[in-house]
Amino acid sequence: MNMTWTSIQPILIPVIVVGGLGMAFGVLLAWFAKKFAIKFDPAIEKIESVLPGVNCGACGFPGCSALAEAIVRGDAPIDSCPVGGTRTWQEIGRVLGKEVSVRETRKAVLICQGGNEVATTQAIYRGVADCRAATVYGVSFKACHYGCLGLGSCQRICPFEAIRMDETTGLPVIIGSRCTGCGRCVKECPRSVLTLLPARDLVVVACTSPDTARSVKAVCRKGCIKCQLCVKVCPVKAISFPDGKIRIDRKICTLCGLCVDKCPTGCIVRNIRNSVPAEASSSVPVPAVPVEVEEPMR
Amino acid sequence: MSDGLVTILKIFIGAVFVDNIVLARYIGLCPFIGMSSSVSNGLGMGMSVTFVMVLASLVTWTLWRFLLVPFELEYMRIMVFILVIASLVQLVEIMLRKSLPNLYKAMGIYLPLITTNCAILAVTFLGVDYQYSAAQVVVYSISVALGFTLALVLLAGIRERIRFTRTPAFFQGYPVVFITVSLLALALLGFRGLVR
Ligand code: SF4
Ligand code: SF4
Repeated sequence: MNMTWTSIQPILIPVIVVGGLGMAFGVLLAWFAKKFAIKFDPAIEKIESVLPGVNCGACGFPGCSALAEAIVRGDAPIDSCPVGGTRTWQEIGRVLGKEVSVRETRKAVLICQGGNEVATTQAIYRGVADCRAATVYGVSFKACHYGCLGLGSCQRICPFEAIRMDETTGLPVIIGSRCTGCGRCVKECPRSVLTLLPARDLVVVACTSPDTARSVKAVCRKGCIKCQLCVKVCPVKAISFPDGKIRIDRKICTLCGLCVDKCPTGCIVRNIRNSVPAEASSSVPVPAVPVEVEEPMR
Repeated sequence: MSDGLVTILKIFIGAVFVDNIVLARYIGLCPFIGMSSSVSNGLGMGMSVTFVMVLASLVTWTLWRFLLVPFELEYMRIMVFILVIASLVQLVEIMLRKSLPNLYKAMGIYLPLITTNCAILAVTFLGVDYQYSAAQVVVYSISVALGFTLALVLLAGIRERIRFTRTPAFFQGYPVVFITVSLLALALLGFRGLVR
């Protein structure tokens, strides 16, 4: 009897001690899980299933589930998700039993036409193929200091593959049917030549340069030369020239198109977005600007 | 200064600078490389590691002293300590989610990563090996975690800058990070012999 005890003791003790520990922790875990269980509001789950689920962060919350929680808590308005659009807002409204006021859907627009052969390139850029990286150096390889660099930061940031880089112009093209108006590209663009505009018939000044006629003419064929012919030609006085830039008041503009025809450089355009064929959707990740570039860094 | 204070200071400087857990002992390298892409990530991870490290080393120290040593089960410590750390992280996670949701949001994503963090296991072992008292173990684990955080934040800051430099193609991505890490480790070598 004694013999067997001494021989199994070195096995039994560790088994009991370690097994007991494991058991204790297991019980503790189970008990904790019960004790600290959190009750989810079923509405949160429902709203989350209505949201697009792309977790792009355009609403300002870390992901769709965070927004769903915030909406239920009342910390975020129902129409917080720009990606989902009207349909999503109405769905959320139905879940919560609330009315939703419908907001205009907006889409990204490039307000620069300075592509290849239009805008002058003054230097060969050999850095990282990324607009933001290129801006870090402080010197512009494009002669215009305001225009699109065409290195496609916007194209890479877009979570919906709604931007492709055009091979001939070297400019980004926004594919209207895919753009959700999340505004990620607008934030990403170091040159601020992307903006969100209502998705409807519009007349837009497609140049952001505040420079004088001489310097603009020297660097770009489609830049605004501040001749103010558009201001004079507009029959309803929707165009003004307040601070060195041409402004078109969208509330007054009747979309008559006289300014589009009058502009000598063609930098006022109508339906800038619709000039893009929606079916041209193949993404070309390689920038087509005449520069030597390395692989973009992630 | 009293003797106790001097020992504590010695433990602190030794753990943070001389024997920095990542840069001198090369333990916990995967979170070090993985979580150092931005300073805020690094800080979050550092905070969570500190928390878990202190808790884990205290609990394992107690078990060691009052269970493993009396039963002569020292050889089982790898298993027991892993068990303790894994369950502890789970417990903490469940508890935080319920009672401190804000802290959980800040730390929550890192907690599961820590379950299998070798740095934590190493600290629990070392605390026992150095035959520290309970108070010393706490100081030691805090210091190690601070050293970890320091290294993490340093590297993250450097990496944020590396992103915008022109790196030769064959160094891009992780190679340049590894070289940076080795230079950091070399720099810390200067502290060798400071504490005896
Ligand atoms: S619009 Fe796109 S390609 Fe052009 S400068 Fe901005 S980020 Fe770069
Ligand atoms: S084009 Fe711009 S606004 Fe439109 S989905 Fe892409 S990133 Fe968002």
